Amino acid sequence: MTVLVLLDHEAGIIKQPSRSAVAAASKLGDVHVLIAGQGVQAAADAAAKLPGVAKVLLADDAAYANALAEPMSALLVSLAPAYSHLLAATTAVGKNIMPRVAALLDSQPISDISGVVDADTFVRPIYAGNAMATVKSSDAKKVITVRAASFDPVAATGGSAAIEAVAAAASASVSRFVSAELSKSERPELTAARVVVSGGRGMQNGDNFALLDPIADALGAAVGASRAAVDAGFVPNDYQVGQTGKIVAPELYIAVGISGAIQHLAGMKDSKVIVAINKDEEAPIFSVADYGLVADLFTALPELAAELKKA
Amino acid sequence: MKILVPVKRVVDYNVKVRVKSDGTGVETAGVKMSMNPFDEIGVEEAVRLKEKGVATEIVAVSLGVAACAETIRTALAMGADRGILVESDADLQPLAVAKLLKAIADKEQPGLIILGKQAIDDDMSATGQMLAALLGWSQGTFASELTVDGGNLTVKREVDGGMETIVLTLPSIVTTDLRLNEPRYASLPNIMKARKKPIETVKPEDLGVDVAPRLTVVSVAEPPKRQAGVKVGSVAELVAKLKTEAKVI
Repeated sequence: MTVLVLLDHEAGIIKQPSRSAVAAASKLGDVHVLIAGQGVQAAADAAAKLPGVAKVLLADDAAYANALAEPMSALLVSLAPAYSHLLAATTAVGKNIMPRVAALLDSQPISDISGVVDADTFVRPIYAGNAMATVKSSDAKKVITVRAASFDPVAATGGSAAIEAVAAAASASVSRFVSAELSKSERPELTAARVVVSGGRGMQNGDNFALLDPIADALGAAVGASRAAVDAGFVPNDYQVGQTGKIVAPELYIAVGISGAIQHLAGMKDSKVIVAINKDEEAPIFSVADYGLVADLFTALPELAAELKKA
Repeated sequence: MKILVPVKRVVDYNVKVRVKSDGTGVETAGVKMSMNPFDEIGVEEAVRLKEKGVATEIVAVSLGVAACAETIRTALAMGADRGILVESDADLQPLAVAKLLKAIADKEQPGLIILGKQAIDDDMSATGQMLAALLGWSQGTFASELTVDGGNLTVKREVDGGMETIVLTLPSIVTTDLRLNEPRYASLPNIMKARKKPIETVKPEDLGVDVAPRLTVVSVAEPPKRQAGVKVGSVAELVAKLKTEAKVI
């Protein structure tokens, strides 16, 4: 059994969620990976170094420059006959493309798996992670997205796979990329950070998010937010942690001024250690926190920054 | 342009679901049901496009048990013009739903179909993309802004690193993200008016679609429970515990 994993890559680096998808794929069979894009030899070289990868397929073509769903799914469908399973990480790219691939293969996708039972059977969270469903697929080809937080990523180096160029697949041109406005940050990505510091509605405004900066700096953390904070316009959408935002499972998650709606807990409750700082001692976030501090965040955050600096 | 808006009846987002003791699913008996929040955003966007004169008619479609008619009524009260209920007691999975919607789209010939980016019950996030594939249409998923300009649709999308703008050739599929709009509450007069709007009922057989599920639910279990930890009295105590007890900093 051979499985194909579509990798997310940027500037010649394989994104960490995709390395988790490779880890999940390794439980199923021999792993081939696909790098699609324009001028992406460096990404293919990086993919070839992933441990456990037997072959890298490289589709280097202008059609794939911006990972548009229509050409990308046509490419995956053209490669599908050789594979039993097609996987990608549950990222914006994977979620956009994989269900389209599945429909073209007349297969019911299995989204956001958190466990592999056997080649046909997978565990996935439903109802914002309030229940875990074990599902068995009767489709000949499985199309799967992988919850990165549930699988330890394979290392970035150690392997030495062969790279094979593949031809672009024909696809009607019905979509066109215009522009991207990506958040600029020196911090680690939310889904890959060892520590995440998140702010909620209690931060009161966007300027106050600056209070999280010295803490994030001291801990090498990514900064996240609850949906309430994003909806209120405090921070951009890509900060959102939760059922419909990013799912994170860092070593340490610090929730500041976040009450802990189930939709937010869905995005962070698999973190190893959870700290909650909130002035409302009845806040639901305390029911999942390992360490709770009932305090006004405007006093606690500067204190915390000073305390971490001391260390 | 006609707009089709599929709406799903789901357990209300405020309900904390309970796993059935026999592990076959979650308890839905006696639980409050509502329109999937992302679908509400879809209905709102369609209504706004109609108010702007871009859309001429809005058709709300729901698929599932007879009670899904209530969900269609909600869409009609928000401003949709008529409804189609695809009535079935079967476990309709996204592939089957996409096939049923394709059959309806073939008949109705909409220029745009707006779906929620995910249903908050099965969290699959798949139906829109699958419908786009089956129809051979362009797709703009996780949309936070839509602009229709002649035969083109500009979609601003929420992606992992920020935002992305793409231009699609109509007809298209759009799936809604949270920031696309804030759905209105239906006014009482509009709720009354919605009662008179027509809802057509069809069966999957009428549409010639095999809806047999491809995924069998083996079991449904509670997630591992997290125990509440301790309250600390000060920032200094917190930092000390993170260092010496949790050893994470």
